[in-house]
Amino acid sequence: MLYIVILFLFASITLYFLLGGADFGAGIIELFTSTDNKHRTRKTMYQAIGPVWEANHMWLIITVVILFVGFPDIYSEMCTYLHIPLLILLLGIIARGTAFTFRNYDAIKGERTQNLYNHLFIYSSFVTPMFLGIIAGSALSGQIDPTAKDFAHAYIFSWFNWFSVAVGLFTVALCGFLAAIYIVGETDDVNDIKRYIKKAKVSNIAAVFCGGLVFIASEIEHVGLSHWIFGNPLSLAAVIAATLSLILLWFIISEKRNRQWIRLLAAFQVSMILISVGATRFPRFVIFKGGSSMSLLTDHATVNTIDDLGIGLLVGSLFILPALGYLYYSFRWKDR
Amino acid sequence: MDDFIAARSQMALSLGFHIIYSCIGMVMPVFMAISHYKWIKTKNQVYKNVTIAWSKGVAIFFATGAVSGTMLSFELGLLWPGFMKHAGPIFGMPFSLEGTAFFIEAIALGFFLYGWNKLNTWFHWFTGVVVGLSGIASGILVVSANSWMNSPSGFDYVNGKYLNINPLKAMLNEAWFSEALHMTIAAFSATGFAVAGIHALMIYRKRNVNFHTKSFKIAIVFGAAAAILQPLSGDISAKGAAKRQPAKLAAMEAYFHTQEYAPLVIGGIPDTAAKKVNYGLEIPGLLSFLVHDNFKTTVNALDKIPVKDQPPVAVTHYAFQIMVGIGTLMMFIGILYFVALWKKKEWLTKAWFLKLFIIATPTGFIALEAGWTVTEVGRQPWIIQGVMRTADAVTKMPGIQYTFYLFTFIYFTLSVFVIFLLKRQIQMVPELYDR
Repeated sequence: MLYIVILFLFASITLYFLLGGADFGAGIIELFTSTDNKHRTRKTMYQAIGPVWEANHMWLIITVVILFVGFPDIYSEMCTYLHIPLLILLLGIIARGTAFTFRNYDAIKGERTQNLYNHLFIYSSFVTPMFLGIIAGSALSGQIDPTAKDFAHAYIFSWFNWFSVAVGLFTVALCGFLAAIYIVGETDDVNDIKRYIKKAKVSNIAAVFCGGLVFIASEIEHVGLSHWIFGNPLSLAAVIAATLSLILLWFIISEKRNRQWIRLLAAFQVSMILISVGATRFPRFVIFKGGSSMSLLTDHATVNTIDDLGIGLLVGSLFILPALGYLYYSFRWKDR
Repeated sequence: MDDFIAARSQMALSLGFHIIYSCIGMVMPVFMAISHYKWIKTKNQVYKNVTIAWSKGVAIFFATGAVSGTMLSFELGLLWPGFMKHAGPIFGMPFSLEGTAFFIEAIALGFFLYGWNKLNTWFHWFTGVVVGLSGIASGILVVSANSWMNSPSGFDYVNGKYLNINPLKAMLNEAWFSEALHMTIAAFSATGFAVAGIHALMIYRKRNVNFHTKSFKIAIVFGAAAAILQPLSGDISAKGAAKRQPAKLAAMEAYFHTQEYAPLVIGGIPDTAAKKVNYGLEIPGLLSFLVHDNFKTTVNALDKIPVKDQPPVAVTHYAFQIMVGIGTLMMFIGILYFVALWKKKEWLTKAWFLKLFIIATPTGFIALEAGWTVTEVGRQPWIIQGVMRTADAVTKMPGIQYTFYLFTFIYFTLSVFVIFLLKRQIQMVPELYDR
């Protein structure tokens, strides 16, 4: 049952990245869209994410619940040493979640209020994935120091380091990439499609660039990322698959009939990156300074709890997955 | 500000706001579904307009409830890592089920809000019902986690270790039924009165009277019925507290000395040092009767509890008095409404009648907050009754006062926004729906 729970944990993280991350990306794309096109882009994206918006962000709740029920020690350690980035992440989530709803449900569409919501939405769309990345990077970077004596070393340098920040930027770039790819299929206007394809290409280059930064930062901070990835067959295979799918994506992106394929390819590519990173350190989930770590296979709750959690998740997914599938089918598929 | 006090204040603030957002978010979909049903059956356009108007309120409150709930799931760990480390695996079951219910709610809400003219009429209606049902289920499940803190079960606490953990037993703890019942009824009466009060104001001002009269009726029928039922569930809760948390009950009643014919104290200012209540109205024997159904039976008082295990008496007592006082008032207003509905139809449009409901708009939520104050402050100094002290659960990170200030700012801003948006929604009723 433990493996089922772990599977759900990774699946939730991946789905949050692929679905919620694309929502963040929508805001990021908006940030990098010229003023002339902002309104059109916003409208297209709103149609795309409106119905599935709240559901996409539920994956984060599922992730948190799995962590604190199934892996309470890991959860409480992360909450203690990564308090500050988690707090900033929360601020981002609040600003984003409310600004998105408010701008749509403000009965009077005044220019100043709409501007305020837009600004909140756009900037929090950048900050939130940035800090999600920073938290993920910090868990793996080995900079968390439970023996630290002063505030700065215990609560700030645990996450404020080159590697974590590079992972943060990489996450932002990937979210923008996902959103740009997803949105290509959302419109029939030829000019818009051209514009979005260009955005997708630019954000893809940005993602590759930020990915490079992660490796450089890993060398500076002695995280040993390249060593992990090239030393682990599964990670290596995932990285190769991601690279191949990237090349394929560039070839087929301009063909209209390939719209669904390029979405799948982009999602595949991002999943491969997550798998590659997850596999390198599995079962380690949090790595401390000095090399000690917390493991999903040993630092879990008692067997009873894991069993009940696993059953709860399995039963829950019997309800959630068909309903979610039908939601996507109704609004994202049947509509066109 | 002391870090411990700051952490408690931040948690109280977060819960205090989340409770309002989530109660409205779980009850309004029910009103919405009723109105939707009436529209499908009668084809009266006003009901469709009411449904759409309310669904916008639901969307706003769902979004704020969802983000404040997300914040809470993190804050549990950010502020109380010592608690979550041990409690997480024990009381996690309702949280994982609540995750499912919440997810279903989000999916159903997506269908409902965007499904106009796209989905089959009855399927569309059904998704609205699912929003309400899964919202209520979420509420009931989350309360199970709180009731577990009041009546911990499903584990053995041996030499500081938590052994033989049984999450299912923890979920089905003794206090769950009474607490969930009390809370669900409270959500209906508070939301019912609040929604009805706003529509009453609009009727009073003679704005879109037909629209607001229909809305008022749906909301107040639920609000009034819940307010009339609430004292019964309150009685179940008080008996449970007497059994499981005598310190909490004694603090609620500011009852210092164990005695036969235990009195019920109404109002008054507790003097903890002198162990007495000044200026209160004492009714001898009534507390004994309420707890044991017998005027003579002894009820254990604060003198049976070591001082270090006693909750703050004054706060608990005042909060309890506010809750009961307002609850009683709401019950009478509820009865008055049904009298008007069945016997005195002419009252329904009278200015004094409408004013009464306008004044009553916030009462339910004041009582609700007071009730949660009783539950939470009355459990102190424990975070898990009799097992773990709140002071031992708090994070070791210093500087919590700054995050408290930050959260205070955020919640107030968020509330200002929500009120602003609701005001604009109501302001636009004539233009959006009067066609």
